[in-house]
Amino acid sequence: MLQVEHLTKIFKSGDQEIIAINDLSFSVPVGQFLTIAGRSGSGKSTLLYQLGLLDIPTSGKVLIDDVDMVPVSENERTAVRLNDLGYIFQDYAILPSLTALENTVLPLLMQGYTIAQAEAKAKKALEKVGLLDRINNLPSQLSGGQQQRVAIARAIGHDPKVIFADEPTANLDSETSEQVIKTFLDLNKEGQTIIMVTHEPEYAKLAHRTITMNDGKIVSDVMNHKSH
Amino acid sequence: MSDRTRIENSFSQNAKVGWYLAKRDLKRANKWTTGLIVLVMTFTFLNLVVVAGILVGLIQGSEDAQKKYAIGDVVVSQFLNMSYIEQTPTVSSIVQTIPGFKDETVRYSGSAQFESDYRSTIKPGEVHGGIGGTFLGIDPDQEQKFSGLSRFVIKGSYLNADDQDSVLIGKNLLYEYTPIDAPGFQNLKNITIGSRIRITVAGNQKEYYVKGIISSKVDQFDNTVIGLSSEVRKMIGRTDLNAGTIAIQLLPGTDPVAAKQFLLDNGVGEFGRVQTAADAEPKFLQDMKNTFNILGSAISGIGLVVASITIFIVIFVNAITRRRYIGILKGVGINRKAILYSYMYQAFVYALVGIVIGMFLVFGVIKPYFAANPINFPFSDGILVADISGTMLRAAILLITTVVAGYIPAKMVIKQNTLSAILGR
Repeated sequence: MLQVEHLTKIFKSGDQEIIAINDLSFSVPVGQFLTIAGRSGSGKSTLLYQLGLLDIPTSGKVLIDDVDMVPVSENERTAVRLNDLGYIFQDYAILPSLTALENTVLPLLMQGYTIAQAEAKAKKALEKVGLLDRINNLPSQLSGGQQQRVAIARAIGHDPKVIFADEPTANLDSETSEQVIKTFLDLNKEGQTIIMVTHEPEYAKLAHRTITMNDGKIVSDVMNHKSH
Repeated sequence: MSDRTRIENSFSQNAKVGWYLAKRDLKRANKWTTGLIVLVMTFTFLNLVVVAGILVGLIQGSEDAQKKYAIGDVVVSQFLNMSYIEQTPTVSSIVQTIPGFKDETVRYSGSAQFESDYRSTIKPGEVHGGIGGTFLGIDPDQEQKFSGLSRFVIKGSYLNADDQDSVLIGKNLLYEYTPIDAPGFQNLKNITIGSRIRITVAGNQKEYYVKGIISSKVDQFDNTVIGLSSEVRKMIGRTDLNAGTIAIQLLPGTDPVAAKQFLLDNGVGEFGRVQTAADAEPKFLQDMKNTFNILGSAISGIGLVVASITIFIVIFVNAITRRRYIGILKGVGINRKAILYSYMYQAFVYALVGIVIGMFLVFGVIKPYFAANPINFPFSDGILVADISGTMLRAAILLITTVVAGYIPAKMVIKQNTLSAILGR
């Protein structure tokens, strides 16, 4: 269970203060597919970074399994990211000097798996996203959609509790975008909790729930009955 | 939060992931850049080993020649207040029973006056050119077997056993070879093969023909006039066989200290002074060696600093241009220590490969080359001194310095904010 209490993030620029997210409170139950929508600058990506422990909020709490992760050390936050969270970035953010398999293996090795075990798990994840035949390709040898699928495989390879996706289809054509969204839906069907930021209303509606943001505040929080 | 998250990543996990990253980075790095870094490391290592090694080698070459040709591994010489070794034949027979004994040479010596132009007419108030020095008596065959003295005859020929009227003369005594005309320094002029010199020892005087000129870079030969033992004994008035020096060579692997102890245990210490080559080494030579070593290390230290800066820049540029890469690694949960180790491993590998190539060059090429072709210095044949322990120490210094030089910039970049690094802010 992921829970947010009175979460606020303020950026300072000289004497000016910009409130990126403003006193947000909500929770995400296990197995939910949540989308965060809103126009550019509404604070949705900033919210995702706070939830995903990539940034430290100005105030408020981010609770994972009832433990507030805001005051913990950087090392512990890194360990939580490694073991409990998975990330998919808009521009894939896969490591250019590593192959698809190596990108997926890396977090597993960090978790303490042997290379053989890590490779076995990584191959399963790559199979899940339909890339088993491209495991030895470097990112430069893959299309944008394939790179995003490597990012998804890396995010799911270590069985995280929550997957965070920041506009994962923003750089993809519509056909590839649909494949990526289908992958998310399939993962969610297996019980995977997913929080995805998106611009696309049609993709947002496919999730269980959609939070819409404007000026750092939640302007709507709706359950999508037509989901899946 | 799962139990797994509460477990701090262990050193071995960080080390394993660090190596995994480093290996792939090295494998996929630009080969020219890698080659250049390794070349810098190799040159740094050579600078560390070879500069000091050659400086020390100048003195070591002189010491080695002294040991090999002049005094051997162990030497028995007259006490300072005596002019000969008492009971030399007895001492010589004991010497031949040393375990590991290989060879010996018995030499006689006396202080002498050498004159070259004594036949010319001089004006009132002038004196004949002459110099003081040592008249050294040898058994030509025994000496040849011991030191191979004949190889140092640069002009003329070596002595035969019946050359009662001939001598060899060291080049340092001749103006032609040592053209020093400083006040207080004298040498013999106009000496060629066949010239006659007059030798005066303790009132005894005799003319000898110069049969050969010696250039050995060993003072005992280059600063002396060498004749037959029988002649020197006659000139110094020695009717017995008591000699000035017995130089002893031991078989390879024989401990000279044990040989010295053997001689002392057998009473040789009562008749003469027993020293190993190390004991007999002049202190100034050891001081010079230490000074050259310090000098060489100081020069090498500059090279080490340059190499450290090179690695610092390489790793810094690598880390700073891959700030986003590092951010992503941290973002997906890779411990910052693992990332740090990956850069340290890379620095370590660069240094290690440089050292391995350097070792091959030192022990496989440079050292054998200098051994076969010593550097021709006026006072010695310079060699490269590079022993395993000293070389390993220098290799360790280079490795540690390089890893530290890789650690600092990597640490600087890794500690930056993860999200800022990912987003390229």
